[in-house]
Amino acid sequence: MPKQIVKRFEVSYLKILDEEGKCDEQLKPSLNQDQIEDMFEIMILARTFDEIALRLQREGRIGTYASAKGQEAAQVGSAYALGKTDWMFPGFRENAAYIARGLPIEMLFEYWGGDERGSKIPEDVNAFTTAIPVGTQILHAVGFAWGAKLRKDKKVVLAYFGDGATSEGDFHEGLNFAGLYKVPIIFLCQNNQWAISVPRRMQSASETLAQKAFGYGFEGIQVDGNDVFAVYKSTRDALEKAYQGLGPTLIECVTYRMADHTTSDDASRYRDPKEVEEWTKKDPIDRLRKYMKRVGFWSEEYEKRVQVEADEKVRRAVEKAELVSKPVAADMFAWTFETMPPRLTEEMQSLQ
Amino acid sequence: MTKMPQLNIVQTVSFTLRQEMLRDPAVLVLGEDVGKNGGVFRATEGLFNEFGDNRVIDTPLSESGIVGTAIGLALYGFRPVAEIQFDGFLYPALDQLISHAGRIRSRSRGRFHVPLVLRVPYGGGIRAPEHHSDSPEAFLAHTPGIKVVVPSNPYDTKGLLISAIKDPDPVIFLEPKRIYRAIRADVPEDDYAVPLGKAKVAKEGKDVTVISWGSMMRPVMEATESLQEKIDTEVIDLRTLTPLDEETVMRSVKKTGRVVVVHEAPKTCGLGAEIAASINEKVFLSLEAPVERVTGFDVPFPLFKLENYYLPSVNRVTRAIERVADF
Repeated sequence: MPKQIVKRFEVSYLKILDEEGKCDEQLKPSLNQDQIEDMFEIMILARTFDEIALRLQREGRIGTYASAKGQEAAQVGSAYALGKTDWMFPGFRENAAYIARGLPIEMLFEYWGGDERGSKIPEDVNAFTTAIPVGTQILHAVGFAWGAKLRKDKKVVLAYFGDGATSEGDFHEGLNFAGLYKVPIIFLCQNNQWAISVPRRMQSASETLAQKAFGYGFEGIQVDGNDVFAVYKSTRDALEKAYQGLGPTLIECVTYRMADHTTSDDASRYRDPKEVEEWTKKDPIDRLRKYMKRVGFWSEEYEKRVQVEADEKVRRAVEKAELVSKPVAADMFAWTFETMPPRLTEEMQSLQ
Repeated sequence: MTKMPQLNIVQTVSFTLRQEMLRDPAVLVLGEDVGKNGGVFRATEGLFNEFGDNRVIDTPLSESGIVGTAIGLALYGFRPVAEIQFDGFLYPALDQLISHAGRIRSRSRGRFHVPLVLRVPYGGGIRAPEHHSDSPEAFLAHTPGIKVVVPSNPYDTKGLLISAIKDPDPVIFLEPKRIYRAIRADVPEDDYAVPLGKAKVAKEGKDVTVISWGSMMRPVMEATESLQEKIDTEVIDLRTLTPLDEETVMRSVKKTGRVVVVHEAPKTCGLGAEIAASINEKVFLSLEAPVERVTGFDVPFPLFKLENYYLPSVNRVTRAIERVADF
């Protein structure tokens, strides 16, 4: 008997906006000028937030901080594509996505400033808390999406994680469950090329991270993660598919971590500055700006106004965050269980 | 008077799960082989046929996946009762328990919480292969934000399981598999709760307090019976390991002044150490003798030809009680 091919897979790659801001009109998602401006403004706001957060960290006003610089298209393009009732489950670098979902910015400052109250997500923001152990949130997202499916609620969950997370067991267990139970979920991998000092090529021998999805019975696609249109469109498509009960999609956004891993890291120890330069030319915000210039959505006054507004929003958020009273020690006891057990009461009283 | 079926522990688990699933549509059962097969110990027998595959779910072989997705289901508003098939296979899921189940309420300052029950048959004495006989309660009891419960008889199994399912926080429900079928007792059909965090005085006495839980309650009761002519022991069945019912423990120690703690897990950093230290802190002046521990040893749980050397025996417990009484 001759050998037979029992299955073939193809991984597609989507790019709509090129580095010069030229747009493939046939592939362009249906977005009107307001929506495009909206995304641009959120990306500027996220970048501004990021710069201020780095500054506050250096001044000792917040703790260790993980910058999302360079990943704004991947985060904003995807979060913006979600509907109001959909949910996102972030890792620890999803500041831009949180901002796009409407989390009050002061809460991000509070959280990174060492106060859990910053992750008491408001009831009207459908986002889960930051997950620092890499990839662990993927399972929560799958379980949550599974819950929506069991209850027949029209709701899709988007799980964020990075290239490093695809080496974690929870990534594989999560994708396996999601494929099996066909849950309404989008796995959004931001392949930012670096897991602290370990480059993407040392993370996995897979040519793409997207192809890992096929092992779990659903499609994975690769997109230019610095192209906000490609990210938006692929997320919308995955969302529609999930709404129709057709299960999960893995989207690998090829992007770049322009900053150090966190403020505790020094990427110059392991990364060639030329690489950063190359990627700077592919900056997601510049690219959208170039497009907006081409189609007449952009002017210097517009940019200035957007920047001033962003500065003002972030400044007010810092102010609000710093005006919040210091947390009290009783809080850490009060929130461990719904009802405080006697030993916690005793420990709490021992502090007084 | 409602009728009371005579049930053993494992039958009580499925009986109770059924009642809870009928009571609350948010309760669902998931794990390896829990569906069609009814669980390798038959603890979920009959549930699949009655409730279907949306509520009784055979999952892949994926312990972290089971616990991690159960957390997600709990966040969505379900009351998942997940099963890890054996104690020794719990470890891949510890990350999800420690890093998330126990922290989500605290991290989100109450915005999210995880009403999850994780059932795990635990302990040795069943002539099982390697990794099927561990007692992992100390890892769990050391973890903030989760509760650890261990029944020792059918009545408590039902009452504690109901409390665990209704509890708004994660509860690890360790089932003493060695005595799954050893005891049959009356189990009321009514909905009743044995509260979490409350120990039971299984036998009143005045000379020595013996503290234990789960499958070790059997050798403990046998030892105290064999000594009854000369030593009047008080036996405490902790039932909940965290939060620990210190009140019941200290009341007893104040009365007897002498204590033996018996557990199957290794000695070092076992719960016995915690109990002894707490007794020192709270009622040191009542003590007439050092607190003794009768435990498993600080070795990997052996294959079954040696397991009876490892497991605390009636004889070891008896001698410890005598030493403490004679001190």
